[in-house]
Amino acid sequence: MELVNPGLGLVFWMIVVFSVVLFVLKKFAWPSILQALKDREQHIEDALRQADITQEEMRKLKLNNEVLLKEAKVERENLMNEARKIREKLIEDARVKASSEADRIVESARIQIDNERKAALVDIKNIVAEISIEIAEKILREKLQTPKDHQQYIERVIEGKHLN
Amino acid sequence: MRFTKLAFFTSCFLLLLILLNPLQSIAAGDEHDAHETTAEAFRPGEMIISHIVDSYDWHIADIGHTHITVPLPVILFDDGQWHFFLSSKFEHGHATYKGFELAKEGAMKGKIVKTAADGTQIRPYDFSITKTVFGVFVTSIIIVLIFISVANSYKKTRKHAPKGFQSLIEPLILFVRDEIAFSSIGKKHYEKFSPFLLSIFFFIFFNNLLGLVPIFPLGANITGNIAVTGVLALFTFGMILVSGNKNYWAHIFNTPGVPWWLKLPLPLMPIIELVGVFTKPFVLMIRLFANITAGHIIILGFISLIFVFGQTSLAAGYGISVLSVAMSIFISFLELLVAFIQAYVFTLLSAIFIGMAVEEHHHEETHETHHE
Repeated sequence: MELVNPGLGLVFWMIVVFSVVLFVLKKFAWPSILQALKDREQHIEDALRQADITQEEMRKLKLNNEVLLKEAKVERENLMNEARKIREKLIEDARVKASSEADRIVESARIQIDNERKAALVDIKNIVAEISIEIAEKILREKLQTPKDHQQYIERVIEGKHLN
Repeated sequence: MRFTKLAFFTSCFLLLLILLNPLQSIAAGDEHDAHETTAEAFRPGEMIISHIVDSYDWHIADIGHTHITVPLPVILFDDGQWHFFLSSKFEHGHATYKGFELAKEGAMKGKIVKTAADGTQIRPYDFSITKTVFGVFVTSIIIVLIFISVANSYKKTRKHAPKGFQSLIEPLILFVRDEIAFSSIGKKHYEKFSPFLLSIFFFIFFNNLLGLVPIFPLGANITGNIAVTGVLALFTFGMILVSGNKNYWAHIFNTPGVPWWLKLPLPLMPIIELVGVFTKPFVLMIRLFANITAGHIIILGFISLIFVFGQTSLAAGYGISVLSVAMSIFISFLELLVAFIQAYVFTLLSAIFIGMAVEEHHHEETHETHHE
């Protein structure tokens, strides 16, 4: 039965050929192919992992940014509030200062006016006294011819007139 | 499961042989008549067998009575002497050269024999480059060239996507590496055996495929030849023997988990296990050979139908040819599938056997040794 009877020559050649094929492929083909496949798989895996890491970092960064933004907002709010307070305080201070200054000016003006008034009054008194004396002199020259009259009159005047 | 499959394949194969045998005997019976009458009766059994077995020249076509063949070198070693000549010297079996001739009948029919003085036919050591050897040369060169070029493109593309032919081959390489080597041998050892498994897978796959191409110098029935599959199985066998660890041999000669009386006075289990060592590669050899041969026989059988019917009537021959060609095409497509499946099965089984040989200790065993 030839079909199931392996030929010696064929077995020999087959061993030779397959050994050569096996050797050549093992030496020149498979190492570079398998290495390249492995490298590529590694590369892809690394790239994917890197992408994951980057994504995570991005997420963290974003989160961080949000926190920062929030902080910045709070900070701004605080600053604004402070500024507002300072402004208000400044205005208030200015107002207080202005009003006190005004009071002071008014006070000094009042004192001055008072002084002026007093001086004026003294002046007026003097003038009035002079005029009065003049008038009185004239009247006296007219009416008081006698010493008795003089005396009477003077007494009356002093009584009637209450200076100041 | 595996054994039922094996049984199925072998029974199919035997069935085919049985079916073919009557044809052969009928053909042989007719031979006498055919020589006397001028009409050359078509003998399908002979035709099919002659197409699937090895031969010394590469038959391409017959035109009238001229055979168009490619002669192949014959290399013989006989009585301490080497003989080299072309197979055309035999003139298709009609001539004797240097005392050698093609045996016309008997167990060595079609082989080169030398007739001794007492009339018995002696077979010299025959290292001829036969059709199958030549076919193996051609396909091997193709395989080597393909994979060297693929390896070069891997060097070029490096970490980038595969291109061209490389992308056609890559899924197969990954399939063998991941689905066969990795899953059967395991993470620890698979890298060591990947090159061997890849080589054997692609060798079988390409030979199966190229065996379907009916154009010279392809189309020799390579993987359907038992010597070829035998050598491939032998390589796997060698691989198993070389890589088998202590554990594996212990499993064979002192199978753990088996009662002692199966081992001691009569070493039943060791014998069974030892037989198992040899049946594994034997199974590989038979399975591949039978599957590929069966496919070729079926295709040739359908083609033969045309001529069988054509002999009774020309019209019937033309009529049946439509069906035959259609069926042959269908079977050819099936064979494309079989080409892959058988390469896969051979490689997978090789990987499983190697995986068994390099397997590390497992639970059961340590448990057992503690008991003893």
